[in-house]
Amino acid sequence: MAGMEETESMREQILSIIERNSRIDLKELAVILGVEEIDVVNEMADMEKEGIICGYHTMIDWEKTAIEKVTALIEVRVTPQRGQGFDNIAERIYKYPEVNSVYLISGGYDLLITLEGKSLKEVSAFVSDKLSTLETVLSTATHFILKKYKDHGTILAKKYEDEREKITP
Amino acid sequence: MRNPLADKVVDIKPSGIRKFFDIVSEMEDAISLGVGEPDFDTPWHIRDEGIYSLEKGRTFYTSNAGLKELKTEICNYIKRTQGITYDADREVIVTVGGSEAIDIALRAMINAGEEVLIPQPSYVSYEPCAVLANAVPVIIELKAENEFRLTAKEVLDAVTDKTKVLILPFPNNPTGAIMERKDLEEVAKVVVEKDLFVISDEIYAELTYNGKHVSIASLPGMQERTILINGFSKAYAMTGWRLGYACGPKAIMEQMLKIHQFAIMCAPTTSQYAAVEALRNGDEDVRQMREAYNQRRRYLLHTFKEMGLECFEPFGAFYVFPCIKEFGMTSEEFADRFLREEKVAVVPGTAFGECGEGFVRISYAYSLENLKIAIGKLQDFVERLRKGG
Repeated sequence: MAGMEETESMREQILSIIERNSRIDLKELAVILGVEEIDVVNEMADMEKEGIICGYHTMIDWEKTAIEKVTALIEVRVTPQRGQGFDNIAERIYKYPEVNSVYLISGGYDLLITLEGKSLKEVSAFVSDKLSTLETVLSTATHFILKKYKDHGTILAKKYEDEREKITP
Repeated sequence: MRNPLADKVVDIKPSGIRKFFDIVSEMEDAISLGVGEPDFDTPWHIRDEGIYSLEKGRTFYTSNAGLKELKTEICNYIKRTQGITYDADREVIVTVGGSEAIDIALRAMINAGEEVLIPQPSYVSYEPCAVLANAVPVIIELKAENEFRLTAKEVLDAVTDKTKVLILPFPNNPTGAIMERKDLEEVAKVVVEKDLFVISDEIYAELTYNGKHVSIASLPGMQERTILINGFSKAYAMTGWRLGYACGPKAIMEQMLKIHQFAIMCAPTTSQYAAVEALRNGDEDVRQMREAYNQRRRYLLHTFKEMGLECFEPFGAFYVFPCIKEFGMTSEEFADRFLREEKVAVVPGTAFGECGEGFVRISYAYSLENLKIAIGKLQDFVERLRKGG
């Protein structure tokens, strides 16, 4: 039982670290967690197999690149289908590669979609041609993101500066 | 014009850190491992309570001993962590940092010429505060071979018939040493036998890495002999809020409150409201910060081992205290050369007492990324010294 708890806590710690830094050296990860490297390697392999770790993505501030990108949040109200609920319609939406995420949510509407496109025009075209025309979609509301202050727990707007005195007792 | 100064104050040596601070400040690109405060910001919900209290116009003095709400939360906290019960109305004073608590505890308890036992290496203020309280400071030199823990024998050897107070600075700055229950039990025996009182500075109580901190006040017969000092600076990353507290027997607290009342009036009101939030809803923040410190601690000890730098494993605070005797320099020379040659600042062990000679304090209140850069430089430096550079 103790072993079980230990595994849980090691998992939790691995996840909380790699969620912020998936490129961390595994040897170093083992050192800071006070465990053997082989255990970290095995644990991560298990979590990949179990679908807990779904990928090792990179967070990019596209604003700072020359590449034009527009991100929109789209609220969608749909009619759930008998026997399917929202799954069917969600699937039809998430299969579009330009769709970044699809969430079923509580509240005033049903699905929240984030979408990336090259331009406002491209995003608008997606909404009017593809999304709104799905038969179960009742309405959509599109919000374009103007500025990202914080994303995935990382503050983009401001750089951290150490303002402490350099030496204190 | 006659000399406007008091000899007692003039005779106090300025902090050994000061000189170093001046050099570091001039170096624009120096990396510092010399900081004695958390690198985290105060958790937002705690700051938010401070802001809210300002918005509500809570900008007046509180009662001298502090907000009732806060004193109650302090008592709850000590009850749930140490199992000790204090009377929030009579046995708690909210102070301006732990530092004020140390000062007023000494001043309330010492008559001129009585002796105070101060284990060193330790925080820089005990000795001057004792002197200002007209005490005779008696230094106990902690030993690396004891992992810088205080032993009963060391106390016994230092006790005279003038000894009144033992300062117990654990978890320790600068060594990172802790005292476990068995260590405390031995010391407590001597304290009772010799009829001493303890000022237990537990400001790093939340930052231990091999089990929970034990307060000496929780041992049988010790609550009535102990002033327990703690605060918000280290646990909740609230150094700038200047908030600490002292808990102890009513008779002593009454006298401490007089000094506090006339010298300070009360601790900052905004900070007190924020601190209530910290104690009520801050446990998870503390847990996360402790985990981050522990990861860095493991990293440092691992790299020291790799580079063959002697260092006992410290289980408390956020410092490591490696031994630099192999290089044949004083701590100050080592720190000075390291700073000039690699532009990394560490604090010479001697800043915390003469017996810190041969050691330097390295703080891990820095992100792992920054620590890696600095420790890379330490590695270069150490290798160069070993090659006779």
